[in-house]
Amino acid sequence: MSQLDELFARCRTEGRAALVGYLPVGFPSYDASVEAMTAMVEAGVDAVEVGMPYSDPLMEGPVIQAAHQAALDAGTRQADVLRAVEAVAATGAPTLVMGYWNPVHRYGFRRWAQALKDAGGVGAITPDLIPEEAPEWLEACRALDLDPVFLVAPSSTDERIAVVGRTNRGFVYAAAVMGVTGARAQLGAGARDLVARVRAQTDLPVGVGIGVSTGEQAAEVAGFADAVVVGSALVTALQTGGVDAVRRLAAELAEGVRSPVRN
Amino acid sequence: MSESPDSSGHFGAYGGRFVPEALVAALDELTAAHLAARTDPVFTAELDRLLTTYAGRPTPLTDARRLSEHAGGARILLKREDLAHTGSHKINNVLGQALLTKQMGKQRVIAETGAGQHGVATATACALFGFDCTVYMGEEDTRRQALNVARMRLLGAEVIPVTSGTRTLKDATNEAMRDWVTNVETTHYVIGSVVGPHPFPMLVRDFQRVIGVEARQQCLDLVGRLPDAVVACVGGGSNAMGIFHPFLEDASVALIGCEAGGDGVETGRHAAPLTAGEPGVLHGARSYLMQDEDGQTAETTSISAGLDYPGVGPEHALLRDSGRATYTGVADAWAMQALDTLAKSEGILCAIETAHAFAGACDWGRAQVAAGKDARDLVIVVNTSGRGDKDVDTAARWFGLVTGEEVAESDLVRAHEGEQP
Repeated sequence: MSQLDELFARCRTEGRAALVGYLPVGFPSYDASVEAMTAMVEAGVDAVEVGMPYSDPLMEGPVIQAAHQAALDAGTRQADVLRAVEAVAATGAPTLVMGYWNPVHRYGFRRWAQALKDAGGVGAITPDLIPEEAPEWLEACRALDLDPVFLVAPSSTDERIAVVGRTNRGFVYAAAVMGVTGARAQLGAGARDLVARVRAQTDLPVGVGIGVSTGEQAAEVAGFADAVVVGSALVTALQTGGVDAVRRLAAELAEGVRSPVRN
Repeated sequence: MSESPDSSGHFGAYGGRFVPEALVAALDELTAAHLAARTDPVFTAELDRLLTTYAGRPTPLTDARRLSEHAGGARILLKREDLAHTGSHKINNVLGQALLTKQMGKQRVIAETGAGQHGVATATACALFGFDCTVYMGEEDTRRQALNVARMRLLGAEVIPVTSGTRTLKDATNEAMRDWVTNVETTHYVIGSVVGPHPFPMLVRDFQRVIGVEARQQCLDLVGRLPDAVVACVGGGSNAMGIFHPFLEDASVALIGCEAGGDGVETGRHAAPLTAGEPGVLHGARSYLMQDEDGQTAETTSISAGLDYPGVGPEHALLRDSGRATYTGVADAWAMQALDTLAKSEGILCAIETAHAFAGACDWGRAQVAAGKDARDLVIVVNTSGRGDKDVDTAARWFGLVTGEEVAESDLVRAHEGEQP
């Protein structure tokens, strides 16, 4: 059983959703980013997406784009990402990398998979890689027992959702609104439908990324998903209030996923 | 030659779809629409009608007799895409994609643009078809190509200056992709070059092939044989792929792609991924790419906004590896000299992008002569991809054609500084 399988089994027993938190490495500095990721685990985040900064992050809204650029401007390198994985994994929380494909491609994806494994990472979320382009990457993951996580979107057909369901390990990442990342005051109505469509195709847990920024919203999403993924709101918290603000927000979100609103 | 790309959009090891899952359904829809349109006589007749009666095709092949001495004496024939409506080859692709947009029932079109030629062509087609049009353009490029910003706005398009990243074509493309992911249900993204995820490299090539089909026949009619070389500039590579493709199986015809050498390829400050880059993934496809050790996209340098792009179409990557086409970097200074030479010897003011091809053609002709060939036997077709009106300001500064006071007082400078909304 992988670390992610164990996490989701535990959450099911506890009758709650898992909380997955994202922060990019090197923003606002390497040390602060690792401190913030560690703090959010202490405050109740169950699994961490360690963000690999990239010059052209196509799926990101302004908040995460700016954080990536700042991290790169500050000199963040691929070695720092792997170092951060090691530090975060030491907390015991399942630690994944969220990374665009070219840096992995450039590093050599087999070598990178090995480095990720060695650092204690459990898998990778690849927002611009689809299963059709990834047979060799999947082999590399299988060989090292890493969990590859591909995304589904509201525009995905049931056939494609089935492919992702068969390919992924750990969970299925449902990017539940059409568009780039960013906090949203109102959560879209389509997320519930998308989760239902995923459940019809696979038994894997479903994590939802939809722009959650409050405990109340986390509770709402926890009502129909197995995991609530939060990124932009944590980045904003770190930017405006430092590590303490990340800790506070993580605690609020952790409370939210423990009070799922089912209707 | 076997059909390329394969059914999943791969040109050998290149191409494919490296995109967010959210776009896959739209790419599938577009692929299906394009494949159906290729064999639909109604569609092809309508496109032919537009190309003839609206875009002004076929464009002529001009015998550039006075230019010949600059190419070691080789005969140079100009494929005059600069005479197509809107002033460049971009209209060919845009009219095709506008028809596809209509077929798919979409009403909103977005585009990225570098030099503004693709943006102008897209704004033009949108006006013609009654589509809502938004063009993303790097802020740096809106300054370099202020005239085209004004043209797009006159044509009814909304031009959004992009301030992220390097503020050039790469970042305009990022923003267009982000818009598309958000609005894909109602919006078609008219990519302007043979780049991006499948089916774009194939689709744009198919719409630009008309350049090479015409040029090949025109050369046969004029000279009685095929040319020895076909030369084109390469940014993303659409005018080059359009003219190269119908010659791929003519083994005697050398295909030469001229990339932006910037300050000189050896300085590292350039935009020549096929000449000095390495394979990587950008904007949805695997191809050659300018990148650093960590796979971050590298900064590019070129006097030409249209070539100032770190990536290149995946089919060019395949042609480079197979050796069927040869790619070379032409430095800014050499391109500008070629622009001047063409203007003074033929009375044709070409785009700075296009000037890279003339510089490359002169180099190729002289190299052949140096290798002992008789120049009088050589025929070179140069794709004159666009006209240079948009570049007069840059050229005037480069050559010092106006005084400092004149520059400060010129309308163009004022247009730069107080851009109209």
